[in-house]
Formats: sequence, structure tokens, C-alpha cells
Amino acid sequence: MQVTMTVNGAEATGEIEARLLLVHFLRDHLSLTGTHWGCDTSNCGACAVWLDGEPVKSCTVLAAMAAGHEVRTVEGLERFGELDAVQRGFMECHGLQCGFCTPGMLMTARALLDRNPSPSEQEIREAISGQTCRCTGYATIVRSVQWAAAEEAGTRTSIVDDGAP
Amino acid sequence: MQLPAPFDYERATSVDHAIQLLDRLGSGARIVAGGHSLLPMMKLRLVNVEYLIDINDLHRELGYVRVEPARIRIGAMTRHRELLDSPELRRSLPIFHDAERAIADPLVRNRGTIGGALCQADPSEDLSAVCTTLDASCVIRGPGGERVVTMAEFYRGPYETAVGAAEILTEIRIPLRPNGSSAFEKVGRRAGDWPIVSCGVAVWLDGAVITDARVGLAAVGPNTTGIPTVSRALRGRPPSEELFAEAGAIAAACCTPVDDQRGSAGYKRHLAAELTRRALRRAVARLDGRES
Repeated sequence: MQVTMTVNGAEATGEIEARLLLVHFLRDHLSLTGTHWGCDTSNCGACAVWLDGEPVKSCTVLAAMAAGHEVRTVEGLERFGELDAVQRGFMECHGLQCGFCTPGMLMTARALLDRNPSPSEQEIREAISGQTCRCTGYATIVRSVQWAAAEEAGTRTSIVDDGAP
Repeated sequence: MQLPAPFDYERATSVDHAIQLLDRLGSGARIVAGGHSLLPMMKLRLVNVEYLIDINDLHRELGYVRVEPARIRIGAMTRHRELLDSPELRRSLPIFHDAERAIADPLVRNRGTIGGALCQADPSEDLSAVCTTLDASCVIRGPGGERVVTMAEFYRGPYETAVGAAEILTEIRIPLRPNGSSAFEKVGRRAGDWPIVSCGVAVWLDGAVITDARVGLAAVGPNTTGIPTVSRALRGRPPSEELFAEAGAIAAACCTPVDDQRGSAGYKRHLAAELTRRALRRAVARLDGRES
């Protein structure tokens, strides 16, 4: 079957089997390999992308179900050659080590800050609670999101990373 | 790569269209809503379908929470996240907010629906316990029209419901009675997991006396379990810690848990008692205004 959807603002079309998952359509048909394919059981969240503005686990959405809808992936965060504030936050605050969970974390963080520009630590932890990171212990991910929130609010006074995990 | 077995994909544009598709495609057809129970089961070949009918476009028609004077109507395509975020629902039936906070995770809640959760009929499903607790009824539509069944009639056993071959669950109706409140308690192995046991409570007071109470338990029987014996024990008595403990003991005695990877039957009975006690305590505290 043929599917057409909007991916990062551009129309994307492909000839697929109905059973193809959205994560594989993005990675294998569109070569958007920023979205990672992890547990395949909707537990780890490495495959998180936006579907019509909300983060979802693309290993548990059929590409066919996304047809006619808007998808945004980690490749769509950068604007005009400049990284998004959450991407810069992860760089500044050591929000990643191996990087496998990072694309999903970034998409969820961006969605959180769009809804709630100054989340509490608890709200950040809840927002990423469907995603697994095996490197950082989450502390630096939370700090990275806080950095981005402060950056966007214009209240950032210094880099919050003290180097400790 | 874990993919489901091959199937043909159809997309329904209205409830009537979905029913027509089910009618035409026959027993090999299955509806998918949020897909977060069905697609994993299809990947594992626990479920195989010839035709998958995607009803996500029906969110326009079936995605709603409508508060009426004597009942709340929830459209079957209402997503978990919408139930969690609904201020009306939190005010009238705080049990939903309690339960939704502990169902899966925010990303899964963005997709999963109440109708899908109920139709999955997993004995451990939290919203099924909520709906059993609240004495909800289910509106089922088919080629011959609409019918309404109680939760007890809706469940036929694990993963089996009263929804027939060419039928679709369209709405959940929950009666509203004055001077009542509700609460939900859950213990799982980790955040977002299925419950080891979860428990819903609804309670109504007249002054200092309980006029009615309902308890619904998940994961301790072939379907979610209402415990009418608890209701009889609580009616006409003033709420107290001793009464809550008595209700918990009845709930533990009336359920039928089994040993599995989530816990022993004995541990689950302990949880049934303890969670019944905690949920009663919280629901009554809400009625007293001691808790939101």
C-alpha cells in the first residue's frame, strides 16, 4: 500500500507493507536514522517521535496509521542550522553518554517545554518516565531539560552542570 | 525486526463505516484503536488478523468526556491522556485521575484509549477496575443498532467481551450520585507496569453514615472483580479505620488470585485487603474535604 505523511514539515511517500511500523518507515524508507529502534515493546522510548504534536512510541504505531498525519523526528528539532535549546541543554549538561535514548528524550523534552515552559524536577521526571536511559542515571537528563527551560526563559545565569552525574 | 504477520489495512471514517467494514470483512477483521495492547500481541503472534480496521479517525466522533446531571458519558476513543487531564472528570470522579497517573507512561497514554483498554479485557487492566467500581455501562453498536450492557455483562472471561463480531464499543456511561467520592490504589513492580493488584473504591455518605460503597479489583480474578459483599458490609455504618480493615478482609476473601510472575496468590490477597483499606480511607477523606 502507498502512504503519504508529513515528516518534519515535508511530504514523505512510500510503498509499504501494511504491517510496517512507523519507526522502520522513518529509518529504512526515509533514512531518518536519528529515531532509534530499541526494545520493540513500547517500553524503552528510544523510538519516540511526535505524531500530530504529541510524543508517541513509533515501534507501536503502524506507518499506515500515521498516513495523512504530521510526524516530527529528532532531525526536525534543528531550525535554520541552529540546534534546539533542548539539544544544547543535553550538550551543556552531559545529558547523554552512549546516546541511544537521546533522540527520544529530546522529543519528549521538547513536547514538555512547549506545554509547560518551566516544569518542576518532578514534572520533568514524569514526562520522561516512559523512557529508559542506561548511562546517566537521569540526573543529567533532568538538568539538561532544566538548562533548556532556563535558556528559553532568559533566566539562565550559568551552566548548571557541576560535572557530577 | 519484530513485525506482525501480514494483514490488510483499512481505515474507518465513521462508526457506521467501521461496522460496515466489520460486517463485510468477517471474523478475520479486528479493530485497532491506540494499538498499545493489540500491536504487541500481534508482534508475538498471540493475535493474528486478516484485516486491521484503524478507527483512530473516529476520535473526532468518539473522543469526549460529557458531564450530565446524573451521569458522565465517555467516548470510547477518548485517550488516557485526555482522561488524566480532564478537570471535570477529576472533580466528579477522582478515581480516574488516580488510575490514569499509574497507567503505563505519558507516551503510551497519548495513544491508548478507554475503549481499547476495556475491549482488551485483560484481567489486570486498571480502567476495567475503575469502570467496575463505578457501575459503568457500555454502549455497543452493531448493524442492528445499539445496546447497553453492564460491566458484569461486558466481561465474558479473560480477553473476551460482549462485543460481537460486527459490533463496536462506542461509549462508557457512568452514573453520578450526590455525596460520593472515589479513589484508586495500585501496587506494581515498577512505575508504569501492570498492577500486581489494583483497587478502585467509590463511596457515598449521608452525614456520618455510609449509604453505599463499591469496590473493584484488578488482577485477582479472570476479569476485574466487583465485591458486592463489601458493599453490604459497609452500608449503614459510619466510616472508621476498623470498618475499612473489615472491608479489606472481605475483599481479600472474595477474590481469586493465582500465583504468577508478578506475585504469589497470598501476596495478592494481602494487597487486595490493604489497597481496599487505603482506597476507602482516601475516598472518605475526599468527601470530608481532607484530601483533594
